[in-house]
Amino acid sequence: MDLSFSPEDLRFRDEIRAFVARELPPTIKHKMQVGEELSREDYVTWQKILNAHGYLAPNWPVEHGGTNWTVVQKHIFDEELAVGFAPRQLPFGVSMVAPVIINFGSEEQKAYYLPRILSSEDWWCQGYSEPGSGSDLASLSTRAERDGDHYVINGQKTWITLAQYANMIFVLARTDPTAKKQKGISFILVDMTTPGVTVRPIETIDGGHEINEVIFENVRVPVENLVGTEGGGWTYAKFLLEHERNGTAGVAGSFQMLDRLKEIAGEERFNGSTLIESGDFAKRIAEVEVRLTALSYAQLRALAAESATKSPGLESSYIKIIGTEIQQAITELMLEAGAYASFDSRTNNAALYFNYRKTSIYAGSNEIQRNILAKRMLGL
Amino acid sequence: MDFTLSSDQQLIKESVDRFVADAYGFDARMAISNSADGFSRDHWSTYAELGWLGIALPEDRGGFGGTPIETMILMEAFGKALVLEPFVPTVVLGGTALAFGGTNAAHSDLLNSMIAGDVLLSLAYAEDNSRYDPSIVSTSAKADGSGWVVNGKKRAVPYGAAADKLIVSVRTSGGEHDADGITLLLIDRDAAGVSHFDFKTVDGQRASDYTFENVHVGADAVLGEPGKALGLLEFVLDSGVAALSAEAVGNMSVMQKTTVDYIKAREQFGVPIGSFQVLQHRAVDMLIEVELSRSMLYYGTVAIDPAGNPSERKRAVSATKAQIARSGRTVGQSAIQLHGGIGMSEEYMIGHYFKRMSMLELALGDADFHLRRLIAEGSGHGSAASFTSAQKQLAGVN
Repeated sequence: MDLSFSPEDLRFRDEIRAFVARELPPTIKHKMQVGEELSREDYVTWQKILNAHGYLAPNWPVEHGGTNWTVVQKHIFDEELAVGFAPRQLPFGVSMVAPVIINFGSEEQKAYYLPRILSSEDWWCQGYSEPGSGSDLASLSTRAERDGDHYVINGQKTWITLAQYANMIFVLARTDPTAKKQKGISFILVDMTTPGVTVRPIETIDGGHEINEVIFENVRVPVENLVGTEGGGWTYAKFLLEHERNGTAGVAGSFQMLDRLKEIAGEERFNGSTLIESGDFAKRIAEVEVRLTALSYAQLRALAAESATKSPGLESSYIKIIGTEIQQAITELMLEAGAYASFDSRTNNAALYFNYRKTSIYAGSNEIQRNILAKRMLGL
Repeated sequence: MDFTLSSDQQLIKESVDRFVADAYGFDARMAISNSADGFSRDHWSTYAELGWLGIALPEDRGGFGGTPIETMILMEAFGKALVLEPFVPTVVLGGTALAFGGTNAAHSDLLNSMIAGDVLLSLAYAEDNSRYDPSIVSTSAKADGSGWVVNGKKRAVPYGAAADKLIVSVRTSGGEHDADGITLLLIDRDAAGVSHFDFKTVDGQRASDYTFENVHVGADAVLGEPGKALGLLEFVLDSGVAALSAEAVGNMSVMQKTTVDYIKAREQFGVPIGSFQVLQHRAVDMLIEVELSRSMLYYGTVAIDPAGNPSERKRAVSATKAQIARSGRTVGQSAIQLHGGIGMSEEYMIGHYFKRMSMLELALGDADFHLRRLIAEGSGHGSAASFTSAQKQLAGVN
């Protein structure tokens, strides 16, 4: 048993750390440090830097532009980006639609879409949830009707992250309304400049604009934009969700937030001393830090198991649950630490707390994760 | 990075798993618990024959040169079977104190006798006014010629009645709360002026309250350096916390698995109760707590390094104990709740696991004590400096 990284992994970490320090534009880093929203250009600038170094799509097969890194190296890469205040890797193109195209798409789709993701020509968003279909995704009702060489799509998708920046959307739509609910679903790639596509912003409780509705009204999409087989979409959708959950532990980001929390509590004056010196608050921070430390080792155990078995395990479900609960616990403490400053809309203490309520809802709610674990890990 | 056991460690695991499966059925354990000693001397001889009593002690002190991982393997298996023998007091606490604090040939001989299974030891550190804090010591030892005269009381010495020798923390100078002035003395259970009140613990083990009245010991009774033993005592106690944490993980994993089996088998309203979502989610939470605890156990165990940085060790061990105490409570309470009425029955196994886990929460410091120690060692004050280098390495924090 050896819980430290190998010398090669430590060298790799230093290399990535130096890369981030050297290449990340200071304006973007500053926005990340203070929690300011990034513009489309900020994201694209950083993606182009990553791509220029061959780092944009570590998970892809090498022939498509991947890195051939080990599971541990990919983990180190993600952590180093978070630690260096680089923008989060937006998953929609690189980690969601691309693996689906690589595993189930045609040669033409691979040749066309993958380079456009690497070059940031395409910005993808995810057309999964609907007003009537959240956790029960397979109940979705968006229709794609065959009409000659086209599908005609009608319906409404919602909670779509950064759709306002996107030019492409992957859509789960029902191609066979008579089939049993999972069977009739297809996975279709849609150009958002097609007539009939409308993006409407949804303002969230933190005052931000991250998510949107996308409405489809008689949107005509060429049949070659179908991925895999008609009616096979549910299989690809589940494949994608498994990938998504692997990226949601946020351990390095939580250690960063915990640091920020300690700074706030160390600056917050109370009765001639500081909040953190009051003891009770320090203990509550320590409780979270302990659990985060446990999670960091749980994640390493999962990585070690994945390295050995070559396939991600069900650990990703409980790591998602605990990772997001910890993120929320830290933002709760930030809200409390600010006291009356948290009322002030010029600070982001409260906004962060409100915003992070999303983490236990997205990527398969934590209740759905518990259902998955009960069924598949406990056999209940 | 490697979370697997070596082939030698795997053999130890198989050997101890086999032993407890044969020797520690429910009825056999109850008979041992109800015997006069509260443990089995026959089993103790077997542990000596199998080499378990010296397994993690340094070779230059007569041990077999293993690491805290070997102790962890044994303790997890002991936890799974609710083993009663005084392995932690004798081997982990007593053995560590002698191996790292022994100063003369008599101490080496005593350690060898312990490893051979001929001598039992225990550690007497807790007092009425100290709770879990080893730096609060009022039991006094006054210089008397070249030796010492000891007066004072110690609380809940584990398997204190069976221990042939006690390692006792005493104050040789300074006030009750001073870090300096603490000395570890080896005191014979049968020495003049030593008396003990023995009791059965709520988890079926044994403990004793000790009183020392004008007990004379020689200069050769001192372990470590006179007046400077707090560091040694903390290392000994941290070794004990790591061992108890492994026991707790073994214990919890049995409660978790048993509960899942139970809710699959138990039918109400015409269906297995495990088909109800509210119970499923609680069962998943038990699983999560066991997995977090096991992850933390590895971190806390590898931190037990006599050559390591004491502050980092304390933080790792305290974080581990805090996590495991919290998780153990969640798992234990859920195990009882999901079993329903049968969980309250003394004749069924789950309650015995719950009772032992509840004492493991407290033993050598509860979550409250260890969170405070974690803060005192640097957490909660200022930026990234408050993380251990192991955490920093994992998280990549500078």
